[in-house]
Amino acid sequence: MSALIQLKNVKKTYKRGKESITIFDGLNLTIEQGDFVAIMGPSGSGKTTLLNLLGGTDRSDSGEINFDGERIDGYNEGQLAGWRARSVGFIFQFYNLMPVLNAAQNVELPLMLTKLSAGKRRANVETALKIVGLWDRAKHRPKELSGGQQQRVAIARAIVSDPKFLLCDEPTGDLDRNTANDILGTLQQLNQEMGKTIVMVTHDPEAARFAKRTLHLDKGVFAEVTQ
Amino acid sequence: MTDFDLVWKNLFRKPLRTILLTVSIFMAFLIFGILTSLNVALDRASESGSASNRLVVSNKINFTQSMPYAYVNRVAAIPGVTAVTYQNWFGAYYQDQRTSRFVGFAVDPETYMAIFRDEARLTDAERQAFLTERTGVIVGKSLADRYGWKVGQTIPISSNIYSQANGRRSWDMKISGIFTGAKPTDPTTAIYFHYDYMNETITFERDQVGTITVVTASPDQNDQVAKAIDANFANSPAETSTVDEKTFSRAFLKQAGDLNFIVTMVVSAAFAAILMIVSTTLVSAMRERTKEIGVMKTLGFSSPRVLRMVLGEAVLLSSLGAVLGLGTSAFILTGLSKSPVGSSFGDLSMSPVVALSGLALAVSLGLVTGAIPALSALRMSIIEALNRG
Repeated sequence: MSALIQLKNVKKTYKRGKESITIFDGLNLTIEQGDFVAIMGPSGSGKTTLLNLLGGTDRSDSGEINFDGERIDGYNEGQLAGWRARSVGFIFQFYNLMPVLNAAQNVELPLMLTKLSAGKRRANVETALKIVGLWDRAKHRPKELSGGQQQRVAIARAIVSDPKFLLCDEPTGDLDRNTANDILGTLQQLNQEMGKTIVMVTHDPEAARFAKRTLHLDKGVFAEVTQ
Repeated sequence: MTDFDLVWKNLFRKPLRTILLTVSIFMAFLIFGILTSLNVALDRASESGSASNRLVVSNKINFTQSMPYAYVNRVAAIPGVTAVTYQNWFGAYYQDQRTSRFVGFAVDPETYMAIFRDEARLTDAERQAFLTERTGVIVGKSLADRYGWKVGQTIPISSNIYSQANGRRSWDMKISGIFTGAKPTDPTTAIYFHYDYMNETITFERDQVGTITVVTASPDQNDQVAKAIDANFANSPAETSTVDEKTFSRAFLKQAGDLNFIVTMVVSAAFAAILMIVSTTLVSAMRERTKEIGVMKTLGFSSPRVLRMVLGEAVLLSSLGAVLGLGTSAFILTGLSKSPVGSSFGDLSMSPVVALSGLALAVSLGLVTGAIPALSALRMSIIEALNRG
């Protein structure tokens, strides 16, 4: 397996008023193609910052971030936006669907950033919704769907443009156990059957069990690795 | 789905709010459409029938005050003057003073027709009839159409100023001709009849004239001739004010006030209010969508594209209100053109220039009202947006 993501000596500091808070001081991480990594850790350990750096929604102060052989830490905002659209699928804790759009339209959103024809877009949306088992709810608005169904739509949105990499921020944090297991099963399926590389931040040890390995982050340092 | 679909769906996310905003923008553009079109019609009306080498002499106090008839010959004798004619405002109406008032002047037919031949177009036979019939009257085509008047018909024309020695307030006049204007858009809602017929029968203000129209040898001499006329009557009981015909026509039509100023003030006030209402509402609407903007940026929508969508939403909103407002005002103006008051302005219909100015104003309004929320969406970082929303 080859490395999809590599973080080399990444440093990140936040300023809060006059105070500087160091989150990472030389973080190194390698995630292989097809890996499914859960990241756990207490609040303030740097999980969300790591997720933001991996997703190109925040910038490191120094160090290298490589994705599929491309160094992305030097990208400007426009290049990063294009890279995210091509390469990353995002799944949020609270689904973050657009309330004015129905399920199919929500799933189609990332395809608006491609040059696909309308017909091809419709086909991709159908495929993505069928993968998550919600094609029959394509015309429903988010408020007409349960939490689990909304998260499935969010997963369909994340995979519709066929990115290599999925970033999940507490994807089951707002769901009951059974629904959470369904969602995690879907993620596992995407990893095993479609080869998607997944990084999932979670507080839930049950959720972490679905991953291939778990990294425990504490005060900006990987303290433990569970296989 | 296109960016426009997304903008449209976002615009109607809260239908009541969008409808209320559209109604307020609609009102502003309704006011703009009607007042601006009236102003344009006023300009057009004052330009029609005005010539560059014509001056109008009136009483310095006000053009509603008269001057002695003797002034006509004295003005004619001033160097640079090539022709003169005179007229009296009659306060004309037909049957019902409240609903059928129109412009009516008592004129000297011979000199009037010599000067205004192009502005009041008649057949040779009609012109000849008007010159020879003492009770003859020529009526504008619009007016004749409104009342169904025909050439040869005798009609009673009343005055809200004058009365006859026998107590009657109306004069029987025989229609000598029906005139059209130089251009189809020129107003043809006036009547002209013999000064002598009026002067001999009225009970007061005899041998007085309201205004004197002067033709100069060339427009270059206008200033000089105007000064000479006014100097001639300086320190007399009826001093004069002489101005070019266009200025006089505009002043005459603007008796209600400076319409240009009123239009500017009213339209500005309406738009200032709308600007504040719409921008405040859009800022608060965008604040509600902070998280969604963060999500769109996370998915890969670039900041300039998000800015365009927010601006597009504001422009779409103002354009909707503008199209409805301008459309309704065009409809009202068409109706107004057919009313007795409106028809005196000539063609009141909305000109393409007014419609295009309105649409340009709508786009500007949208850009200005959308600027603050759009810039804040442009600058907002993804992390800030996702945390704040």
